[in-house]
Amino acid sequence: MEVLYSPPETLIRTSTHYCPGCGHGIVQRLIAEIIDEWGIRGKTIGLAPVGCAVLAYNYLDIDMSEAAHGRPPAVATGIKRVHPDKLVFSYQGDGDLAAIGLAETIHAANRGENITVIFTNNAVYGMTNGQMAPTTLLGQRTLTSPEGRSSSAHGYPLRICELLATVEGSSYLERVSITSPENINKAKEAIKKGFKTQMEKRGFSLIEILCPCPVYWRMGAVESMRFIDEEMTRTYPLGVFKDWEKIAT
Amino acid sequence: MSNKHLMTGNEAAAEAAIQAGCRYYYGYPITPQNELMNHMAMRMPQVGGTFIQAESEIAAIYMAYGSAAAGARVMTSSSSPGISLKQEGISYLAGSELPCVIVNVQRGGPGLGDISPSQADYFQAVKGGGHGDYHTLVLAPSSVQELADLVYDAFDLADRYRNPVMVLGDAQLGQMVEPVEFSRPPRTYFPKKKWAITGAEGRPRNIIKSFYPVKGELEEFNLYLQRKYQKIEEKEVRYEEINTYYSEIALVAYGTCARICKEVIRKASPLGYRIGLLRPISLWPFPKEALRNLSERVKAFLVIEMSAGQMVEDVRLSVLGRCPVHFYGRTGGGVPSSKAVLEKVLEIIPTVSAGPLEMAEMGLPPKVD
Repeated sequence: MEVLYSPPETLIRTSTHYCPGCGHGIVQRLIAEIIDEWGIRGKTIGLAPVGCAVLAYNYLDIDMSEAAHGRPPAVATGIKRVHPDKLVFSYQGDGDLAAIGLAETIHAANRGENITVIFTNNAVYGMTNGQMAPTTLLGQRTLTSPEGRSSSAHGYPLRICELLATVEGSSYLERVSITSPENINKAKEAIKKGFKTQMEKRGFSLIEILCPCPVYWRMGAVESMRFIDEEMTRTYPLGVFKDWEKIAT
Repeated sequence: MSNKHLMTGNEAAAEAAIQAGCRYYYGYPITPQNELMNHMAMRMPQVGGTFIQAESEIAAIYMAYGSAAAGARVMTSSSSPGISLKQEGISYLAGSELPCVIVNVQRGGPGLGDISPSQADYFQAVKGGGHGDYHTLVLAPSSVQELADLVYDAFDLADRYRNPVMVLGDAQLGQMVEPVEFSRPPRTYFPKKKWAITGAEGRPRNIIKSFYPVKGELEEFNLYLQRKYQKIEEKEVRYEEINTYYSEIALVAYGTCARICKEVIRKASPLGYRIGLLRPISLWPFPKEALRNLSERVKAFLVIEMSAGQMVEDVRLSVLGRCPVHFYGRTGGGVPSSKAVLEKVLEIIPTVSAGPLEMAEMGLPPKVD
């Protein structure tokens, strides 16, 4: 019988620890698919963050390391400098990347560090029960913004792609979502472009992926996807924010 | 480099690391260790290595974490406030069993403190510093030559035990210029690190982690770590004993303070006082056994530190009340003078001895190394 579709070999067959409707499983599967398609399992090194995705290595059958909260870009730097010909990516959430690790993020980008950051933005701290993140939307209720995020009390949502676009060392920045098969395909192409950026030694790439967190958004899975399309993308518009292929050198 | 060089301790530490095969260095400027990173910035490109001036001490220790995980010999350095910032990373290095060398050129604290010599980071260095049940090996040189030698050894120890190793100096050792010889052969061959993350080409994947969420697993891992630490305590204790055989009083001091104590011994000798020195070189593992043995022979210990009294606690725990343990320390960047230490010795002597005459009658002139 002809096999039309099968799970990627790099994706370990195991039960998931992610909540129903969570986006991590989709994104990690995309990474596994790309690794399979390009045959780069033995050439890829990944970094798992602190947060729900710390167990990413339970699903991705590649060499991986944990990194402390906020530190993946620094750890990735240390790995990449030892193995410049390996594909090194970090997988990070919004608290990790945009709060405690913002300095590491900006400086890795500014050095033009030849790594790829997969940034899952779900606008909330999931692992710790749903506190406000730097990317929490104005008005969004969380455990630490129980009346909704207000700009006067909590500041504004931080737009990472836009911020890093001003950093000269960054080479490829794109924001995507995974709310439909079409968007998932776009997200996959974006990750591929990020990896390609690194493999061609073009420097720092970051793919921001708007992800649902139904449990701490207190929504259903379908409603969460709709929320991303209708609400989240108003604060975080999808698109390419920097592309080395389109910058005259 | 086989001849003698005049160098600061900081530069000697950097050069020794290169001789030991370290090709990755990450640091952040802080006085009084700047010459170390400056030397690395100059030398790493010459030997095909990597030097990055990181955005923070925290980033530097995690870059080191990354290179260690990738299987390389790697070093970072700083001084007290910066070492405080690195503590999270040191705990992660210990928890992930990653070899890494960390040099602390101590300065006065707490807080911003000053840039004078200090030994007030002893507790932080030997008791953990970061969170969790872990140890770093801690080596304490007392000359520029020894600083270089111990940095070289630190890389082997780090690899042997898959553990971070700290070389604990101070502003005086870091800034002081002394002749130093790099007599050991530059390292070019290293044991294979099968656990390192290098890309899982043709082998099962490797995972570097310190997270054990399944109940019982973390305790099991911690017990394994404790067995490793016990092995280190059995095998890696280093110390120097000077003039202790016929002494009634033994000074206990490390690093810069040990140098001062050697001068005290020289000054006391013509006066007819027989004073010994036990100089711990490894602060963890601590030379407990040597102190215990010495406590059978001497009548009192005098611990000298550039702190308000930190190592003295470990001396007391080793001696367990077998004889009195006195303390003299300067803190906040103060350096004890040999005169002040000798005065303290003279205060103690009447409590333990009939005096110098009796000792002279034994006809045993003090041997000073």
